[in-house]
Amino acid sequence: MPEHTFRVNGEQVTVDVDGDVRLLWVLRDILGVTGPKYGCGINVCKACTSHINGKAVNPCAIPVADLQPTDEVTTIEGLPATVGKDLHPMQQAWLDHDVAQCGYCQPGQIMAAVALVRRAAAEGRAITDADLDGLRNICRCGTYFRIREAIKAGAENM
Amino acid sequence: MTGPNGGGLDEAIGRRRFLGYVVAAPTLVAAAELGLTPAPDVRLPSPELTELLDLNDMMTAAALPTSGLITVEVNRDGTVSFALPRAEVGQGITTSTAMLIAEEMTVPLERVRVTLADARPELVFNQLTGGSNTTIATYTPIRVAAAIARLRLLAAAATELGSAVTDLTMRAGVITDRSGGGIDIGALAEKAASMRTQQVSVELMPRENFTVIGRPHNRIDALDAVTGRKKFAMDLDIPGAKPTMVCRPPTVNGKVGSVANLAEVRAMPGVTDVVTISTGVAVRAETFGQCIDAVRALRVSWKPGTAEGKSDESVLRELEAAELPLGPRPPTPTVEGRFTFYFRSNSALEPNCAIADVRADRAEIWSALKSPIVAKQAIAAKVGLPLGKVTVHVTEGGGSFGRKLFFDAALEAAEVSQRIGKPVKLMWHRADDSRQGRTHPMSTSRVRVAYLGDTVLSYKQRHTSVSTDLGHGLGEIITAMAARLPVGDIGFSQTFFHLSQAMSYDFGGGSRLLNETGKGFNTGSMRNVYSPDVTCARELIIDQLATRMGKDPYRFRHDFLRDDRSRAVLAKVAEVGGWGRPMPAGTAQGIAFHAEYKAVSAALVEIDCRSETVNRPVRDGVTGPRVTRAVFAVDVGLAVNPRGLEAQMMGCIMDGIALALTSSLHLRDGYFLEASWDNYFYTRQWNTPPELQIIVMPSTSEKPGGAGELGVAASMAAVACAYGRATGTMPTSFPINHGTLSFTPKPTIPPIPPSPTDGLKHAR
Repeated sequence: MPEHTFRVNGEQVTVDVDGDVRLLWVLRDILGVTGPKYGCGINVCKACTSHINGKAVNPCAIPVADLQPTDEVTTIEGLPATVGKDLHPMQQAWLDHDVAQCGYCQPGQIMAAVALVRRAAAEGRAITDADLDGLRNICRCGTYFRIREAIKAGAENM
Repeated sequence: MTGPNGGGLDEAIGRRRFLGYVVAAPTLVAAAELGLTPAPDVRLPSPELTELLDLNDMMTAAALPTSGLITVEVNRDGTVSFALPRAEVGQGITTSTAMLIAEEMTVPLERVRVTLADARPELVFNQLTGGSNTTIATYTPIRVAAAIARLRLLAAAATELGSAVTDLTMRAGVITDRSGGGIDIGALAEKAASMRTQQVSVELMPRENFTVIGRPHNRIDALDAVTGRKKFAMDLDIPGAKPTMVCRPPTVNGKVGSVANLAEVRAMPGVTDVVTISTGVAVRAETFGQCIDAVRALRVSWKPGTAEGKSDESVLRELEAAELPLGPRPPTPTVEGRFTFYFRSNSALEPNCAIADVRADRAEIWSALKSPIVAKQAIAAKVGLPLGKVTVHVTEGGGSFGRKLFFDAALEAAEVSQRIGKPVKLMWHRADDSRQGRTHPMSTSRVRVAYLGDTVLSYKQRHTSVSTDLGHGLGEIITAMAARLPVGDIGFSQTFFHLSQAMSYDFGGGSRLLNETGKGFNTGSMRNVYSPDVTCARELIIDQLATRMGKDPYRFRHDFLRDDRSRAVLAKVAEVGGWGRPMPAGTAQGIAFHAEYKAVSAALVEIDCRSETVNRPVRDGVTGPRVTRAVFAVDVGLAVNPRGLEAQMMGCIMDGIALALTSSLHLRDGYFLEASWDNYFYTRQWNTPPELQIIVMPSTSEKPGGAGELGVAASMAAVACAYGRATGTMPTSFPINHGTLSFTPKPTIPPIPPSPTDGLKHAR
């Protein structure tokens, strides 16, 4: 079987699997990185949201063969290290606002929130209600309001 | 001796002292019986059954004669362990339980480790997570066990420190004597242990001394949740348990006829096993991605299902035919309405899933289960093993909303594991979860209110529903309790309906009856069960009635509510929400009330139904009217964790918005069209109220009520009422957008959609 080499949370990894297996399953079933969750498998619910080279992606929709050796995959487990701390400011904001209920969607929510704040910052602006309305991540527990509050607070410290 | 004449001391002891146990063990283990709360006072039958007894009394009472012990353990490292015989699915009961223990033991919350107990058949009816009953049923027993542990620790410390117990203080997990000498409870874990099991009587912490209960606390699992460390069933690393999925039929509960290409699919990359089971064709592979590909490759001929040819329209006709009569129309003026509520999905974000390792002589199961004892019994029967050879572990659940009362995936995983002789990690695809998973049954509600002048003479409601499957064990409770209930020979679901539906308004006589019809669907209790639909219909009619009587909808409700506690929550949302403030055309407020689980709640919402809002462009979503503001007041008696209670109400509000406006399943040709979160429109960020206020009322009781489901009914009803007032037309069909199919249905063969390949293009 073909080998695929890329980076996950700061480490170079090589996996031996067919190239069309989606990254979500390479992370979860082969590498044992279980932070990104399955919620739909068709890039709709956003529970698996992670970063590739700092941008939000959904690993359920990425064949592993699409990755280059230099591509840096960051999952929720690797988010704190991107700021050299035990917790990323967005994770801290999540704790401060006691956002999580069941917690299943929360890794994806946080990764989507971080990318959103970075995008707004790159455009030289603060996040808006329209930005928050545009987040597609499902939270079936319905903790949406606390998510909005936490993103605004987390953005202040990013 | 009790009573006002000289019985004060005994009365105080009778009220405060409880019996528990110290259990023989190497370290301190204190225990209590789970059914400690007093039995309800069951009196003669009455038209208003819920005044005598509600569902929670019945569930609590059901536990009394059969309950086993729950144990609080003190460990050598100074932590305190407790295995909660309930399922944590997001409702925050591990946190509130830790708070009860921290309070009684005077230990920091961080030292309390709450895990979920394996299935314990000796608990019989006492390991069911439902009916918002957890805190009601466990509040006293958990505190008793913790208080006994504290007592034993103090006694052991007295010996160690050479002080009298009365000279000791316990703070932050350390016991200190008058000279300042201190000892950590960890160092006492063995010394406080007992060689034999013995009964102990104990007093509980008086309410006025509480420092933990009643104060807001963050969830104890929050750090794990935000770092990805929290483990759900599919995150567990069980040796040999490889990903497994099932190729499912194109119609509800169809059966496998034959498979044309078994050998071909078995040879696909990563696939280890393909086997026909009772629900479809199971595929086990190295990754779930390869399972998806294999399921899609299977060529299966299918036999008919249990809802063949049925549609929303045909089920509606069945419901109309089954509706119980309202009786002759009275000579007085009446207000009437008929409402339709379409099928809805109680899918959680974590799909149905379980790990099973079934061997010749034993079986082990891991799954988020709210009825683990029934699951264990069913699995043992299915695989033909004695009950004692089946171990069922309850994992943390990624949401439930009623779905995890059933154990469909666990039963299926056990079947597959036994058939292939290997451990399996079985998960339903989202499309399966939506199309073949449990649903909230479609129902109609017909209401007639007779009035004269300012008096309401009678209120009649006929709720007609596709049968709700209560076969997860609640049915067993009702069976066991039926002889003790003043409900005669009516059936399970009717009993459930009566016990959960209070009539909170002073509406004279009348009756509220349930009739069920049409089996063949995979149904189940969905968060708040009958109440959202029943309450929505009632509150819409109340708005009509108020208009006829020339009264303001808020004033009308306030005037007719039966008690101060109910009026207080209603008045609170009216005050905070600014009831009656001028609003632009096309926008309006709505207000509603609901009581259940020994709690009362009221919602005030503001909705924007103007076309520029309704027609906001959102890709692959339903925008529709927007709830721009929600104000919610809740009184659960004693709120153990107000922050957790707020979280539950917030979720209930989002559910209520979805039920009123956007979320339903469409039944056509024997199957549900929805197969994605972009088909089933649960509330999304673009539907979320930008303004939200939740008010936890000051405690009105010594005891907590239920909370997990409480807020859905008032929220749904308030949104419906607001919509009616904003548009000038009372809505009668829910959700309001059901008539417009807002997506292109996915094919049913293959049953699950392909995995996309363009993920990198959408990096942002």
